[in-house]
Amino acid sequence: MSNLAVLPIIIPMLAGIIVAFTNKNVKITRFLSKLFSIISLLVAAYVTYEVFSNGSIILETGDWAAPYGIILVADQLSILLILTTNIIAATAAFYAPHSLNIKQETHYYYTFFFLLITGVSGAFLTGDLFNLFVFFEVLLMASYALIVLGGDKIQLRESVKYVLINLFSSMLFVTAVALLYGVVGTVNMAHIAERVAEVEQKGILTTIGVLLFFVFGTKAALFPLYYWLPRPYIVPNPVVSALFGALLTKVGIYSILRVFSLIFVYRMEITHEAFIWIAGLSMIFGVIGALSTNNIKLIIAYNIIPAIGFIIMGIGIFNQDALSGSIYYLIHDMIIKSALFLLVGVIAYVAGTSDLRRMKGLIHHYPVLGWLLFISAFVLAGIPPFSGFIGKLLLLRGALSADEIAITIIALLSSLLILYSVMKIFIRGFWGEKEENKTYTKKVSAGLIIPIVCLLTISVFLGIGAQFVYPAIDGIAEYLLDPQIYIDSVLKE
Amino acid sequence: MEYIILLLAGVLFATAIYNLLQKQLLRIIIGTVLLSHGAHLVLLTMGKLKRGQPPILDENVTSYTDPLPQALILTSIVISFGITSLLLVLSYRTAKENNTDNMEEMRGESNE
Repeated sequence: MSNLAVLPIIIPMLAGIIVAFTNKNVKITRFLSKLFSIISLLVAAYVTYEVFSNGSIILETGDWAAPYGIILVADQLSILLILTTNIIAATAAFYAPHSLNIKQETHYYYTFFFLLITGVSGAFLTGDLFNLFVFFEVLLMASYALIVLGGDKIQLRESVKYVLINLFSSMLFVTAVALLYGVVGTVNMAHIAERVAEVEQKGILTTIGVLLFFVFGTKAALFPLYYWLPRPYIVPNPVVSALFGALLTKVGIYSILRVFSLIFVYRMEITHEAFIWIAGLSMIFGVIGALSTNNIKLIIAYNIIPAIGFIIMGIGIFNQDALSGSIYYLIHDMIIKSALFLLVGVIAYVAGTSDLRRMKGLIHHYPVLGWLLFISAFVLAGIPPFSGFIGKLLLLRGALSADEIAITIIALLSSLLILYSVMKIFIRGFWGEKEENKTYTKKVSAGLIIPIVCLLTISVFLGIGAQFVYPAIDGIAEYLLDPQIYIDSVLKE
Repeated sequence: MEYIILLLAGVLFATAIYNLLQKQLLRIIIGTVLLSHGAHLVLLTMGKLKRGQPPILDENVTSYTDPLPQALILTSIVISFGITSLLLVLSYRTAKENNTDNMEEMRGESNE
């Protein structure tokens, strides 16, 4: 049964290879990519069901016993994130044919898309720190190809910066893993956690932890390290932006959550205390960025940063409520960010520009788009009863019970400003008089709208149906608070 | 021996950072290459450089080299090799399309 854990990695990889052979025939490629993304989603759902009913699935690859070989750990946290990833991948597979042009599709878009999903799933599943680096590279390689697909002047320019910053942080990752190996003599995460616990994180271990935090913080776009993020995320096609915004930064934040709830948990006054400050600053600076621009794509891209701030805030506070809030918010944000990127892509397409100053009165022509944006803004900002509200409520409850008043105030204020920054698109772009001399000829096909509606429906369900989802998330938070459960399940002692 | 290699890695890191901060695209790429060399040397040194025999199971061998860093370094070299070649092609196209290889001129405007 333990082989189930490898399926979320294998299926997208095989799909990526198969669609590479059919790239000349777009119709078959489209059909295959939709088919494989649905199969992958169903398998992910089944594995999730198995994990939640029978406990973590641990796969020792090649039958090498735990600390020696590479292991894949499908615990409740990682499998839930994989399920979310597959939901987003399926909607992206249905959105892509309507959004990309033929040239991009025949130039292996679908192959790289599936390889990206492979890398993301692998990063969520692996129980080995060096293997995490390898899966980071798998997903980054695919993202390098996706970001430059089309080969515009701007795309090329921004992708060079994107590759450089990621290459730099990857090399720091290797160095950090090397130093950690030099101290504890293993790269298996459970084994590292056990050995770090034995010496109570003395000496250089905290420094290595902070170095790892810098690496993951760069990938997750946290406060001092986010400067690279907004521009490369808006230059590719909306569907690629949606995948990037929903998945890539979240892999970074997942790694922080994993490493700083399992391994480096004995010097909280240094590490986790700093996280709270970084969270506050990420929220403030991200929101300022979102308010400062009139480019609708850039507004959404900047909104990634405060969202990451909210998640790291829960990791910093590190109690039951705050952690479950973080996980809730992580899943909520993956779904709503991809929905918003897709939606803004459609708006920019019909308006012929992404500059807010050149849009007006769109609601007369595209009422559906307007109301979808309205709902998404509410979901994003956490207006009850939508999903953002549940996550934020848990986070704030955790913050208040830990007496972190300052961060609570910052979080509440930045939520308001997030709402304003997205509402600005609605107010400036959709309200206003009908422009008589301007004609909108572009039709919005149902294929562009249905994926967005699906994502929003899931998002609304996460809010209204919180009583079904919350117990599972609460269980994960409890599981994360006790690293011994993970260590025992992997090393089987 | 370990100290010498670690010093060398430090020098490589310093040169890499210096090159990364330059304006010319090619120099930046050379910086990333040097950076990966530095990281790989650190990785290699962490398993101790000379311990005795090769890691083959044998009754007479009691002290042998740690094989893990060498497996890791191989993976890492392949990855950085691939990324470097991608980066070279990407930079070549970028420099051609934008008619410049100066990073200062590749900043981009605020609203485009």
